[in-house]
Amino acid sequence: MARRGKLVLQIAAVCVVGLLLALLGWRLASRQAGQNVAAGVERGEAPAAPDFTLEELDGTGEISLAELRGKAVVINFWASWCVPCREEAPRLQAAWEKWQDEGVVVLGINAQDFVGDARTFVARYGLTYPNVHDGPGSTLGRFGVTGFPETWFVDREGRLVGARIQGPVSEQELEENIRLAAGSGEQAAGTVTEGGS
Amino acid sequence: MTRRLAVALLAALVLAAPALASEQHPTLAELEGEVYCPTCKTLLAISNAPIAERMREFIRARIDAGDTKSEIRDALVAEFGEAVLAAPPKEGFNLLAWVLPFAGLAVAGVVVGLLAWRWTRSGRGARSSRQGEPSLDGHRRLDPEVERRLDEELARFDG
Repeated sequence: MARRGKLVLQIAAVCVVGLLLALLGWRLASRQAGQNVAAGVERGEAPAAPDFTLEELDGTGEISLAELRGKAVVINFWASWCVPCREEAPRLQAAWEKWQDEGVVVLGINAQDFVGDARTFVARYGLTYPNVHDGPGSTLGRFGVTGFPETWFVDREGRLVGARIQGPVSEQELEENIRLAAGSGEQAAGTVTEGGS
Repeated sequence: MTRRLAVALLAALVLAAPALASEQHPTLAELEGEVYCPTCKTLLAISNAPIAERMREFIRARIDAGDTKSEIRDALVAEFGEAVLAAPPKEGFNLLAWVLPFAGLAVAGVVVGLLAWRWTRSGRGARSSRQGEPSLDGHRRLDPEVERRLDEELARFDG
């Protein structure tokens, strides 16, 4: 009886340790996945964009990246407290107005921010492109985002292409990378430009 | 008996009063020690990130509006998720985080106690087997080696 009890205790201990190791592994793997995506883009590999479903900032519903398949998507990570985000907002709006009829979507991901502040930001800069809210910032790790603002480009097949823009995106960068993602540009090697907060 | 009960009740009231005051009238300093800055993943109290400043502003405004500590914490969780809390809430699955460390300590205490008891018992057993059976006069026999050395010393002393 004592031997059986000892065996049960040993099995329980092994299970607990195994569970903790599995949790640690899962945590490390999910963090590594974001870094792999970023590294893949930098090497010009066009990895699949991590999918996400987030609530729209205006509270009207949800948007998932998967449902935008077939369109080129400009993903812009931003926050209202980020100073360079104010600089680039009008450029993103201009790109949206220019490209939306060509099957291009500009999608803002507002992260680690108060919803109220983000709505004020959208109203102040007259942004009409869709924006979603990610308060805890769960998408940041999956893309390997290191700061705000950061802009990524997804082609019509859901692959990350072109440059990963760290810092405020310029008109020229938007034009070049949107053409590439929409299929009307030439495949450029993945590059990274820096200068964000 | 009645007096003891009254003392216990009084002590409970004395201890509960500050907790109740803290819940009803929280301070910024208290909440800064219970909430994380979402961008830098450190306590709000030691963060100077832009969002941390904005969170302090938010907390001050809610305190001025008369919100309780729970209401302010809930509002922050609604904005930034549960990860904004320095300690997980004591409910549901998160309860495990509170219970497991104490359960682990209790189990470890029982295991250490059992092992110590077993080692003490086996040590005693080994000692008694080394010392052998009691002699005819009722005293325990010495270890043969010790007995031999003692005989040698006594012989040298006598000699």
